[in-house]
Amino acid sequence: MATEALGWLGVPLAIAAGTMRGGTPFLFVSLGECLTEKSGKINLGLEGTLLMGAMTAYAVSYLTGSPWLGVIAAGLSGMVLGFIHAWLTQQPRVNDVAVGIAMIIFGSGLAFFLGKPFIQPKAPPLPTLDLGGWSTLPALQSALKISPLFLLGAALAPLMMWFFKSTRWGLFIRAVGDSPDAARAMGVSIKKVRMLCIIGGSFLAGIGGASLSLYYPGIWSERISSGQGLMAVALVIFAHWQPMQCLYASLLFGGAQSLGPALQSVGITQGYYLFNAAPYVLTLLIMIITCSPKRTVSGAPGALGASN
Amino acid sequence: MNTNRSFHLSRRQVVRGLLATTAFGVTSKFGTGCSSSTGSQSSSGSTDKPIVMGFIYVGAKDDYGYNQSHAEGKAGVSKLTWVKSVEQANVPETTDVQEAMRNMIEQDGATVIFPTSFGYFDPHVLKLAQEYPEVQFVHCGGLYQEGKHPKNVGSYFGFIDEAEYLAGIVAAKASQSGKLGFIAAKPIPQVLRNINSFTLGARSVNPKVSTQVIFTGDWSLPVKEAEAANSMADQGVDVITCHVDSPKVIVETAEKRGIFTTGYHANQAVLAPKGYLTGAEWDWTNVYSKYAEMIRAGKTLMNGGIPHLVRGGFKEGFLKLSAYGTEVNDEAKKLADAAKAKFIDGSMVVYKGGLQDNTGKIVIPAGKDLKQQDSELEKMNWLVAGVVGKVGS
Amino acid sequence: MMFNSSRWRTTLEAISLPIAALLFSLVLFGIFCALAGANPFAVYASIYKAAFGNWRSFQNTLIRAAPLMLTALCTALPARLGLIIIGNEGALVVGGIGAVAAGLALQGAPPTLVQIGMALAGLICGGLWIGAVGALRHYRGVNETISSLLLNYIAIALLNHLVSGPMKDPTSLNKPSTYPIPDVDMLGKIPGTRVHYGLIYGLIACVIAYFLIQRTTFGFAARTAGGNIRAARIAGLPVGKLTMAICFLAGSCAGLAGMVEVAAVQGRANESLNANYGYSGILVAFIARHNPLAATLVAVLVGGILASGGILQRVHNLPDATVLVFQGLVFLVVMYSESLYGRLPIFKERSQVSGSPATATV
Repeated sequence: MATEALGWLGVPLAIAAGTMRGGTPFLFVSLGECLTEKSGKINLGLEGTLLMGAMTAYAVSYLTGSPWLGVIAAGLSGMVLGFIHAWLTQQPRVNDVAVGIAMIIFGSGLAFFLGKPFIQPKAPPLPTLDLGGWSTLPALQSALKISPLFLLGAALAPLMMWFFKSTRWGLFIRAVGDSPDAARAMGVSIKKVRMLCIIGGSFLAGIGGASLSLYYPGIWSERISSGQGLMAVALVIFAHWQPMQCLYASLLFGGAQSLGPALQSVGITQGYYLFNAAPYVLTLLIMIITCSPKRTVSGAPGALGASN
Repeated sequence: MNTNRSFHLSRRQVVRGLLATTAFGVTSKFGTGCSSSTGSQSSSGSTDKPIVMGFIYVGAKDDYGYNQSHAEGKAGVSKLTWVKSVEQANVPETTDVQEAMRNMIEQDGATVIFPTSFGYFDPHVLKLAQEYPEVQFVHCGGLYQEGKHPKNVGSYFGFIDEAEYLAGIVAAKASQSGKLGFIAAKPIPQVLRNINSFTLGARSVNPKVSTQVIFTGDWSLPVKEAEAANSMADQGVDVITCHVDSPKVIVETAEKRGIFTTGYHANQAVLAPKGYLTGAEWDWTNVYSKYAEMIRAGKTLMNGGIPHLVRGGFKEGFLKLSAYGTEVNDEAKKLADAAKAKFIDGSMVVYKGGLQDNTGKIVIPAGKDLKQQDSELEKMNWLVAGVVGKVGS
Repeated sequence: MMFNSSRWRTTLEAISLPIAALLFSLVLFGIFCALAGANPFAVYASIYKAAFGNWRSFQNTLIRAAPLMLTALCTALPARLGLIIIGNEGALVVGGIGAVAAGLALQGAPPTLVQIGMALAGLICGGLWIGAVGALRHYRGVNETISSLLLNYIAIALLNHLVSGPMKDPTSLNKPSTYPIPDVDMLGKIPGTRVHYGLIYGLIACVIAYFLIQRTTFGFAARTAGGNIRAARIAGLPVGKLTMAICFLAGSCAGLAGMVEVAAVQGRANESLNANYGYSGILVAFIARHNPLAATLVAVLVGGILASGGILQRVHNLPDATVLVFQGLVFLVVMYSESLYGRLPIFKERSQVSGSPATATV
């Protein structure tokens, strides 16, 4: 198959493709964390949930032959971990951050332990929609192979935004997150809402993991996560707790991951370690610029960070 | 509120911690008393006492790559009836590995230890070697220096670049665009040597091929490796190979993009049924069995029976070449087999005098050919002409 | 009489809850191992043997506990001020880089001087790193948990860049590292043991931290600000300065841990500096309720758990991830037990006086 080199054009193409490929896990995990944080709780344990989801999706896909079953199983495993987190943090005097970090250790340990027999075999991956059939360039064709998961996530973002703005349940969640007293006055059970939000958020994070192992890079290995779970927490703040901005931020971070290798393939080889740090530096800079001590970060749920 | 609450809290904490630790210990001790202790001594009433070998890997045992190749070697050598082996995986290159080695010696009775990761040697293996002069430490990496390192330390490594040379021949013949790709972790000499041998092998059958190299920065970064494979495919590369801990991602991504691959460390053919051409694999079972035989015969590093630096290529059985894939044509097979024969009879010279690197500098003085064992090659820090990429960061 | 019995009850509660938590987590872990095909009691015996069984094993535990004591302080100190900082890993790495740079720059000077120089460099570099987190929090309102998390990643990228580029030792071809520190300048071992002096540093740091927080005006000011920032401001406490000072101290402890890792173990800075001592340290801090003295004991406990990882693999054929599951279980159960203080009926005050002869009144 004759291929032509794209030269410099290859860089933006790689970044564009990378934003969709790499952005999908960020998208799901950040939307999940957004849901959780809107209710006033922070879940740092999503890194463990992500790995557990990736492992479960791969394992179930391999054992049953159906990648979509794997995706659902990943969501369910996320819900189990989310339930543990939710239940623990409901208890008095238990610190959210500590539980989150403990869940990272527990979740990743469990995922690695159960996932040992699945590192070698090859599981059926999710099908991709080939939108690039009109092009003769294999590079373009490959870049336009979009995963339905990505489309799902991209559709979820505006859906969530509408949910928070215009539905009753969205209102309850925001009330619980902004002002628990008002929520109590409304007769809403704070515990129930928060628990549901944490479980829901973990469900999405599990699916984010599934996208790693069944879409891109499409394998199960213990090093598959590049910290998406932890970064999602930063991403949500970066996006000011708005689901649509979560979408854009996820694309940004996904694209940043492909920057290093793409530049090297056209000959820019200096400082590739520093390129790796680019997304984090960017987030930090944006936070520094947009935050101010005078007012809380705009959009932050009022009850976030307060102990229950 | 209780004013001396803070003091009370601290005493509670101290008491709590102390009792927690003691109670934990006490509970487990009861367990020791009741159940049989985990027998680390093998009940060999047979003729010789089994030799206990300890293997330590820096990553997971089933990574389809480096660590797996060693684990396979360990499994292979354990088949010998007079060998008993223990292994520990995912041991980082910190005091962890020192403690792991120590535990293997003290708790499991190991008399020879194989720390397989490069970074274990200095200072960890050296420290332990001084503490346990009766135990042999055989490190994978080729770092032993006569006179500088303790007598009970040895090194072994394989010239896997010989297999990469052959893979380069096959790759060049299969490539239609003349562009090959090499995804590497870090620009260290062993990696550079593989890149260079691959390119030299390719150029020996087609002087116009070039090898694009991308360094990901670390031994195992699946996302970056996948991105690198994709961007190479975008640039028209049609054969990819790699030197990372686990080539699985790269092989699978290449297969998705419809380009060829040659493998590394272990055989990844099953992951890319159409595109896998061949691969450079280790044959550690062979190496470990040889060591086991020597030890059984009473030879040790200390008494000089076992050489301190054991290295080999095809000739000594340290490596193997994966079976040729379906897309490899007969001409390529013939060329590769011919080259392999030259390696085996010792007549092959990969690094000839007058070699230029990719900046035009002559890195090997004219007239001075370097043989595989030459220590000059261990310090390699250049990329041969035909490689597109830079060594520095 | 009532007063005595209530103190007695709380003390008993304080002792039995953590023990019960540990026992329960052991039971859970035993069930886990049984499901994985290993004999739980044999596993318990192995854990004991590997962590506390004899002096040699215990030294293994202590070696692992040493860096944890220092990195735990990086979370425990700011927590008193109400800040949740998880940047221990980054501060450790930066401290290690600083220590190596100092050690190389001071080569040739008397070893004690070099070691002091390295320690100072580690303290200052780590301190500035987390101090920046505090400054960002005070001046720009940036959430300290997130900024310290981001700085972790940035520190690791910086380490990799420096170690394979500007600071690289050309002979360290196969594992990019900085130049090694001369052997004479390395931190020695505590005589009679094989534990390096880092353990002593950790113990001393924890004791100093305890006294600082509990017994000095500075510490009192910090705790007050941690309790209620507005009240503290009204009272005239310099909250900004306190924030940055505490963050600097916190970072310097982790930076010292980095120096110890370089000067006592590795002898140079390379990628092995990034060994996850940071995250374990965070958990040690939380379990010890941010009390530095308790942190020393919890660090030993966690060190023991980590020390048992090897034997689980070699003798019971459990995969390496088992020790992660074990760690996670212990942390989760102990954290749950925190919430049980004052809630269990057996420890609660009884409304009627129980008929014990001693309390019979005339």
